[in-house]
Amino acid sequence: MVNYNERLSRTFAALVDPTRRAILAQLEREGGASVSALAQPFAIKLPAVMKHLDVLDHAGLIRRSKAGRTVTVKLRPEPIREAMDWLRRYEHFWSKSLDRLTVYAERKEAEARNRKP
Amino acid sequence: MTSLTLVRRIKARPSIVFDALTTPEGVALWWGPDDGPVLAAETDPRVGGRFRVRFRMLDGSEHESSGEYLEVARPERLRMSWRWKGDAEDPGESLLEIRLRAIAEGTELTLTHSRLHDEETRRSHERGWTGALAKLERHFLSGDRTGPSATSHPPRSQA
Repeated sequence: MVNYNERLSRTFAALVDPTRRAILAQLEREGGASVSALAQPFAIKLPAVMKHLDVLDHAGLIRRSKAGRTVTVKLRPEPIREAMDWLRRYEHFWSKSLDRLTVYAERKEAEARNRKP
Repeated sequence: MTSLTLVRRIKARPSIVFDALTTPEGVALWWGPDDGPVLAAETDPRVGGRFRVRFRMLDGSEHESSGEYLEVARPERLRMSWRWKGDAEDPGESLLEIRLRAIAEGTELTLTHSRLHDEETRRSHERGWTGALAKLERHFLSGDRTGPSATSHPPRSQA
């Protein structure tokens, strides 16, 4: 089983490359595309596109399905959600923690004031 | 997003806020991403001293963070290193800095958590994929969820 951190690393590594981001953006716009349609906007050869698709597939960002001679590529949402959650987790952690810290400190302040006549 | 800064205004004097940040009794009452309990809180707020906090989340998962106090200037400044314990979710060491400023209503707290990501993530970010990621996510969220509700997901370990 691929662990959480390894999955995140694969997602981030896959997203580093501008061509792969463009492929993902195209899939996002179109919902899905054939490999040849994906290769069209880029000034690179089909084998190079296939390599990028392998990286995206390995990261779980896309799913390929074959019907006859046509390979259709679609996005998979799970790794993207996971990566975004990871990026937000510190914000979430501190936001919730500081909410409680505020309540606690304000109670302590009220107690300190009440002790004084 | 290699660092995160949050600012809060608290109706309490800086010394009270500082103690809430640095005493085990205080830490035990506020630390954590949800209302799950703090299981252990140890602090030694002096330069070179260490802290360790273990908490359980409402989903049952347990997490621990620890680090070293790098700067302790009561009641205005606190700086410490930070590390999650556990192989599955350890993204390396990060840096936490908290400044407390006296204001009329009490204290303005500025928290900065920096060096959050490992090298690979930082590089990835610098090359600008965060926007692409957010856009893709919005695509998937539209329809079945409203707004960026993924923010409600806390840290978790999924080894």
